[in-house]
Amino acid sequence: MQLDVDISSKSYTSANGKRQQVIAGMTFTLRRGEVGVVVGPSGCGKSTMLRILAGLDSDYQGKVSQPAGARLAMVFQEPRLLPWRSVEDNVRLAAPDVAEDRLSAIFAVLELEGHRSHFPGELSLGLARRAALARAFAVEPDFLILDEPLASLDDALAARLREEIATLVASRPMITLLVTHSMDDAVRLGDRIFLLSSRPARLLHTVPIAVPRAQRSNELIAAIKADLARLDFSVS
Amino acid sequence: MLRLLSFALLLATWWIAAAVAGSVKLPPPSAVLAVAIAEAQSGALFLHLGATLARVTLAFTLSMAIGSALGYWMGRSRLANRLGDPWLILLLNLPALVVIVLAYIWAGLTEVAAIAAIAINKLPTAVVTLREGARALDPALDEMAKVFAFPRGRILRHVLLPQLAPYIAAAARSGLSLVWKIVLVAELLGRPNGIGFEIGVAFQLFDIPLLLAYSLSFAAVVLVIEAVIVQPFERRASRWRLRAA
Repeated sequence: MQLDVDISSKSYTSANGKRQQVIAGMTFTLRRGEVGVVVGPSGCGKSTMLRILAGLDSDYQGKVSQPAGARLAMVFQEPRLLPWRSVEDNVRLAAPDVAEDRLSAIFAVLELEGHRSHFPGELSLGLARRAALARAFAVEPDFLILDEPLASLDDALAARLREEIATLVASRPMITLLVTHSMDDAVRLGDRIFLLSSRPARLLHTVPIAVPRAQRSNELIAAIKADLARLDFSVS
Repeated sequence: MLRLLSFALLLATWWIAAAVAGSVKLPPPSAVLAVAIAEAQSGALFLHLGATLARVTLAFTLSMAIGSALGYWMGRSRLANRLGDPWLILLLNLPALVVIVLAYIWAGLTEVAAIAAIAINKLPTAVVTLREGARALDPALDEMAKVFAFPRGRILRHVLLPQLAPYIAAAARSGLSLVWKIVLVAELLGRPNGIGFEIGVAFQLFDIPLLLAYSLSFAAVVLVIEAVIVQPFERRASRWRLRAA
């Protein structure tokens, strides 16, 4: 079971009538159990790529073959919760078959236990992001897409949530694709790192990390980051 | 409390005006109340109120259901909007009287004609309101529902209806007041019962207490329905807003 991505081109017509190319070429494969991390400059077309992979945009040249019958879950850049349903209802609507003990476990890991009956409008952004993560994990997906789930959170909280994502990803064999600006997130979470060029996005380098996530020491992470920095690539 | 005071002020004004104008043109509240009680005791008041309410309920339900579906469709599909727009503008600007008279001519002085005419009058405002609602739907939530593979029923109940609820409430509110007005005209012109028919009788006899007794009973029923059905629905629909206006 794997995800094959081969997008040769994606463009759209902007408001002033000009044709804009967003993606110029991207080919990669992700296997079950692997975490792919996409890193690229701001506005390079990462979110466009994710929309194509999630099946929300079919207007592109190329081919994306999702594993047949795969259950999809996505954490969007904004939490995208239903404001008129409680946190628990938001999760249950996406994952109607989730068992109560599994749900409790997810809420416990994400420290949402006390917020089950709150409406999204009553939550801070950090809590709302956690609720969106809870929803994605409750689905027990085969294919998980995370679009900058840790952006605009303070460092301590981001680090904790990163640990939680690592725990949850390890708990199930699934294909995971994470988009981030942070090299630190990329090196700590990824099995393979995809480095994209600025717009129109092209896949510049694929960097595999052989050492399992749990065994990566801080020295190793620093070394990999230094290696990445030497590549002809910069994250703005 | 303030409402009661305001109501008492209205009654007092009426009483004084009746005393000044003379009881032939404007009977005092007590005379109107006496007529209303007499009509209620004979059962006629409830018969006519019931007939009118039944027509209102049917026409309102019909036009809300069809109007909401059409409005949603026109808000979501550009083609539907292009096809429907000329009809909508025509219906919006067609005087109620024209629709009622034509309905009676084409379908006879029947119940079907009356209800259809009332429904057609209300339909375009429901369509216009719901079309705005459908245009304002959040595409981000559509995408969320698609990614998590929500089935249609769940999308309708948990994603679409909560977003459309304020528009449905607005359409119901404005539509109901329109239907209250038009139903009486339809009854006056071609029905043998209902408040509108009875007002027609009172007009021909110049029986002002009778006219006021029926009009005010009708107004009271409208107020009760507003307070018991429409306003609680609006409150419930906006419960999730932290501090709803």
